Amino acid sequence: MRRRLATVVRVLVRTLGEVSITLGVLIALFLVWQLWWTDVVGERQQLEQVAALTATFERASDSQPAGADGIGDPSEPLEPPPSGEPFAVIRIPRFGDDYARPVIEDTGLDVLARGVGHYVGTAMPGEVGNVGLAGHRTTYGAPFNRIHELQPGDRVVIETAAAYSVYVVDSHTIVPPTHTEVIAPVPGEPGAAASEGWLTMTSCHPMFSARERYIVHARLSETIPRGEAALTEILGV
Amino acid sequence: MYALLWRSLPGPWPVKALLALLLAAAVVVALFTWGFPALAPYMPFNDNTVG
Repeated sequence: MRRRLATVVRVLVRTLGEVSITLGVLIALFLVWQLWWTDVVGERQQLEQVAALTATFERASDSQPAGADGIGDPSEPLEPPPSGEPFAVIRIPRFGDDYARPVIEDTGLDVLARGVGHYVGTAMPGEVGNVGLAGHRTTYGAPFNRIHELQPGDRVVIETAAAYSVYVVDSHTIVPPTHTEVIAPVPGEPGAAASEGWLTMTSCHPMFSARERYIVHARLSETIPRGEAALTEILGV
Repeated sequence: MYALLWRSLPGPWPVKALLALLLAAAVVVALFTWGFPALAPYMPFNDNTVG
């Protein structure tokens, strides 16, 4: 009787130990996946997406002279694309001369894993109003990893099928996640009617946390139709 | 738990070891492909939007 009890206790303790070690290994594996693997896969997929988008834009502007049919006509407002559709490329020389990531409609986690998300209902690139963009600062290719390095005067260029919209960084703030007025048509003034173009980038803060949001506001300086200037000239690199 | 698994693997010990390694690799691949992506939305640190 005593021996059997001892055996049961030994098996129980051993199993508990094995389960605990297994859980520990699983948590470590999850961290490896989240912090490293999503970054590796994310960056590769996003660069492929940029290449595909750029090719589409070039085909569109080659086959259609500017102003022919909306495509390639920067004066025509851009239709908001369906959720999940990539429609622009964001280029930020401060993050590297060749830094480019896709901009995709909507801001769900599935979208943000594939690039920079465009808040539904905010302005489209080049328009009057505020273009709201969200991006990961860590993991999933981390498009906004170096958002804290942006300085007033830095260029943020949004490339679409029609044009390059050049924004110049104005300021940054750190706000709680509930602070939606940062992406209002006039940043910080919900309800106010917009008269100029803005771009607002949101990302998490501090790094590896979601406690606050790091916000960068940039002001529209010019919209250059495709083909009127070389990309390197627009980027100023 | 693992003792039971070891005993249920066929063959002499080198074969058992190889099978165990393959099994572990398969588990990792399954987790990276399906398990962790399904779990990620529930993590508190993946949110970077306002609203």
